[in-house]
Amino acid sequence: MLGYLIRRVLAAVPVMGVVALFVFLLLRLTPGDPAAILAGDNATPERLERIRESLGLNEPLIVQFITWVNKLLHGDLGTSLISNLPVMKMIGQRVEPSISIALCTIILAVIVAVPLGVIAAWKHGTWIDRFVMGLSVLGFSVPVFVVGYVLIEVFAIDLRLVPVQGFRSIFNGFGPFFERMILPTCALSFIYIALIARMTRAAMLDVLGEDYVRTARAKGINEVAVMMRHALRNAAVPVITVIGTGFALLISGVVVTESVFNIPGIGRLTVDAVLARDYPVIQAMILLTSLIYVVVNLLIDVAYTLLDPRIRY
Amino acid sequence: MTNPVLDINNLVVSVGKKPGGAKIIDGISIQVRERETLCLVGESGSGKSVTSLTTMGLLPKGTLVPTSGSVKLVGEELLTATDRRLRQLRATQMAMIFQEPMTALNPVVPVGRQIDEVLRAHTKLDARARKKRILDMMEQVRLPQVERIFASYPHRLSGGQRQRIMIAMALVLEPKLLIADEPTTALDVTTQKQILTLIRDLQRDHGTAVLFITHDMGVVAEIADRVAVMRQGRLVETGPLETVLRNPTMEYTRNLLASVPSLVPRPPREESREPVVLEANDLSKVYKERAFFGKGREVVAADKVTLTLRKGRTLGIVGESGSGKSTVARCIVRLIDPTSGGVRLAGREISDISRRLLQPHRQKIQIVFQDPYRSLNPRVTVGESIAEGPINYGTSHADAMKRARELLELVGLPADAVSRYPHQFSGGQRQRIAIARALALDPDVLVADEAVSALDVSVQAQVLELLDEIQKRLGIAILFITHDLRVAAQICDEVVVMQHGRVVEQGPAAEVLTHPKEAYTKALLDAAPGRDWDFANFRPVAEGVGATL
Repeated sequence: MLGYLIRRVLAAVPVMGVVALFVFLLLRLTPGDPAAILAGDNATPERLERIRESLGLNEPLIVQFITWVNKLLHGDLGTSLISNLPVMKMIGQRVEPSISIALCTIILAVIVAVPLGVIAAWKHGTWIDRFVMGLSVLGFSVPVFVVGYVLIEVFAIDLRLVPVQGFRSIFNGFGPFFERMILPTCALSFIYIALIARMTRAAMLDVLGEDYVRTARAKGINEVAVMMRHALRNAAVPVITVIGTGFALLISGVVVTESVFNIPGIGRLTVDAVLARDYPVIQAMILLTSLIYVVVNLLIDVAYTLLDPRIRY
Repeated sequence: MTNPVLDINNLVVSVGKKPGGAKIIDGISIQVRERETLCLVGESGSGKSVTSLTTMGLLPKGTLVPTSGSVKLVGEELLTATDRRLRQLRATQMAMIFQEPMTALNPVVPVGRQIDEVLRAHTKLDARARKKRILDMMEQVRLPQVERIFASYPHRLSGGQRQRIMIAMALVLEPKLLIADEPTTALDVTTQKQILTLIRDLQRDHGTAVLFITHDMGVVAEIADRVAVMRQGRLVETGPLETVLRNPTMEYTRNLLASVPSLVPRPPREESREPVVLEANDLSKVYKERAFFGKGREVVAADKVTLTLRKGRTLGIVGESGSGKSTVARCIVRLIDPTSGGVRLAGREISDISRRLLQPHRQKIQIVFQDPYRSLNPRVTVGESIAEGPINYGTSHADAMKRARELLELVGLPADAVSRYPHQFSGGQRQRIAIARALALDPDVLVADEAVSALDVSVQAQVLELLDEIQKRLGIAILFITHDLRVAAQICDEVVVMQHGRVVEQGPAAEVLTHPKEAYTKALLDAAPGRDWDFANFRPVAEGVGATL
């Protein structure tokens, strides 16, 4: 198991290397002078020269790359062209809100969706099944901002149960953090509940036709045990895949939700950077997103081996 | 006489809840008593499995419904029992083992825990007592190293071991009734023999009543006390084993028995002077498992296999699963590339030429696969499937379709079948279509890879007859791969016996299958179920020998 983990982590290194190379070349190979791109339209010649100097653009490409990677490994992602703050620090401030909202959403979605999917598959073809699937279609088709604004209108403005928007760090107390987290989590989890419930139901329906489920029933154990112990564990692999990729998507950007609830997360940072052509930030975001996907995929694969003893690498 | 453990009376099972649905089971009545084995025999679709699932209360809900009659287990009515009561009865009073040991166990739970579940659901024993009982039961089913197997996952065990686990699971609470639904069909003959003996012995020790479902007359002869023959949901005939095998009263039973191929090889044909059409020399196939880091594993699937096949003759490759017989066939047809060795087809070496150069030679060797339900494209008409090969080799569409019609008549199907789709045909008919497809290219060699194994015996007999007739008419050479010695005895001129990728013994079928020289061949023949019975002549083999002497 440990050997497998080490091999998987090692295998991730070349992947990240390729991403780093791409990110590096993104700026250098764009047509035109990178310094001019970085400096924007109204740059003075002195400013252009300063940027060239700071990026080492006068050096050969390979030297530039080595210097760049070296800085990267020391946590230096460059300086934002807009705010003049170190990119590392900018992202650092945005990570907590994003991770908080992603974790809360995925946990809520799993807690609600997996049982829904199991019940729908168990009662396949009955009104319960159709009801759950109907909910799922609704979850897919109502846009997240609509759900968000409706929730704000009802629970924050009319009932005054929770604040309208904003974010508080969990390190400043759980209460304020939690009450600001509830609405965005609910709004965002809607579509994930729909997705995971549908996936769980489909995977369960496949598994329920298997011989070992018939064997389990022939043993005379009750239906709950048949569902949980025999069917769900075998149906888990595709469900885990969806949960994992869903989680990665959540961390790397939920712009609409962040905007609706005014949460300073990574998603908005990325959009702002793209609109302002803040290249150092964009580069850092691509690297970060890739890293998240690599790590999440690693975790999914590890989960596979824990769930299914037949999977060994 | 003791009271029956299982008493099925006038049972009717229909499709759907509404009255007037098609009857899958139509008024059958059978009894099984303590210490007795009743074999329920019949071809596919006869309703054997539905009968057993009805008894266990495991019919798919809503689709198949028992509409009248009664099923009594030790006097208790099961059809009206609540779900809760049925759950209590399962494993404690009645238990079931299934056909496919590969899929009947949960792949993600260790087998010991799967047996433990039965005890946890039905007894109040503590963990230690349960484990002791399970290990004891595992020893009774003659599993080795029970502690290790207890903690193993199913994929670590062989098919035979898994079936033993299933039996241990079924019998751990000493149920009164054991239902065995084709429990040895997916196993090799040697394993089958062990499992049949095991079921017999455990039945004797525990006094269990056994309802044994099978399509294999050989197995019936080995294990049954009484036989019930089913056909299309009805009971055809029932009686003690000897009576049914010796004096079947019904036409259907007679035909069923007459279709069972005899283990005694057919009289050898004259030695052939025809040219050799297919030769394999030292053919080997090694599978390498590549590892990301470190050294990979090697599996030798075929090891220096040498064989020759003459025009108009049939060569059989027999062996158990994993013996490498299919690998050899696939190497010869070049569906996979051999690692070393040579294949000469009609005098031309084809083992190492490129795929592109191989193309003109492909038409000389054609293959028919095991499963007729999966080897024809369901979205393409039968005629197009047959014509596709000749069209690839330059025949015009019209000519190829004309040929397809002729071929369908040759294999005994109406010519207008060309415009129909595979799902409109039965398994036997589909296999005929697959044969017609293979013949469309006028091959010199026809490779039949377990081509009759998935068919019912009566259909099997017809397809074998068809192959024989085609060989006589077209002078085609047939390479016949099978695990079934009975089939091999009836169709092959020569046989090659394989084990672990190697050829153990080869020679004329009449010689190898009656006077085997190698221990492995002897063991195979010994394990063939019902080898003492000459089913087609309704007498034991020994009596037949006496009669001819």
